[in-house]
Amino acid sequence: MTPRLNEIWVYLSASPLLGLTLTLLAYQGAVWISKRCNGHPLANPVLLAVAALVTLLWATGTPYRTYFDGAQFVHFLLGPATVALAIPLYAQLGRLKRMAGPLLIALLAGSLTAAFSAVLIGKLLGASDATLFSLAPKSVTTPIAMGIAERLGGLPSLTAVLVILTGILGAVGAQWLYALMKCNDPAIRGFALGVASHGIGTARAFQISEQTGAFAALAMGLNGLLTAALLPWLMPALMRWLG
Amino acid sequence: MLAAITLLLLFQLAGEAIALFLSLPVPGPVIGMGLLFAALAWRGGPPPELRDTAQNLLQHLSLLFVPAGVGVMLHLQRMADEWLPIVSSLVASTFITIAVTALVLRILHRHAPEQRP
Repeated sequence: MTPRLNEIWVYLSASPLLGLTLTLLAYQGAVWISKRCNGHPLANPVLLAVAALVTLLWATGTPYRTYFDGAQFVHFLLGPATVALAIPLYAQLGRLKRMAGPLLIALLAGSLTAAFSAVLIGKLLGASDATLFSLAPKSVTTPIAMGIAERLGGLPSLTAVLVILTGILGAVGAQWLYALMKCNDPAIRGFALGVASHGIGTARAFQISEQTGAFAALAMGLNGLLTAALLPWLMPALMRWLG
Repeated sequence: MLAAITLLLLFQLAGEAIALFLSLPVPGPVIGMGLLFAALAWRGGPPPELRDTAQNLLQHLSLLFVPAGVGVMLHLQRMADEWLPIVSSLVASTFITIAVTALVLRILHRHAPEQRP
């Protein structure tokens, strides 16, 4: 009987069905836990689901590539979901127009701070150049960040991970930081979270309110555009300056 | 729902085509978002079907980051070797960025209404 079960496992673990199903199960389990914890930021669904899946894959000796063969169907939806962000964004058109000037200046400040502070701290603590190039675009949404890292000479797949970690950090910590800063305006809270923590920050912002989410989506989109335009020019200069 | 998903994919496709054609460093979906935003502004809002589909999709936005996040397992060795600079850089930079953006916006936004004629 046991060899038969073993065969079934070998067969199923090689098919895309398993990776896809496991992703959905892990995520729904994570959402359930997050709800049980009353949406506590530490019980972040992405963090919980990733931790559960990594543990499972590691324990069963399943390679990431095999898992991704199935999970790519979920990953693919990032594209249409990014396009769909235009809709909550449009709902805030009036407020966007009124705040356009301040938003753009805050975006420039936040975008430069995100890249420079990450590279500077990494360099001071002795990170390798490949790691620094992978760190620089960490506040930008995954597909843009991977493209930028590749241009700079970083490792796109490492960047994807650093981007996700940055997103989780922002989503987990922003609430405390805002309480500390006595920042209550949903537009400001959403925008700053979107600049620093892209899509995962945006997902968190939508949990807080529709308006917070819309400003986070705007910030994420604009920061993606701005960082993609600036970083390939600024990064070589920064690296020269750091030696 | 099918029409709405087709529409989202069409905008993404148009975004990808523009990015390739003009060899822009910005990915197609972000350009697609810009195009859809422009279309909504021109049309004066989304049709109800598109709005509902978008809402359903965005409700589970977090899920879509899970497959890429699991990729952390490919980099456990580098993370173990360089954990101090990586962790410090991510934590400090993320919170400094949020604080700087929020502060700049708060200062400018507070003064903005008075400057208007």
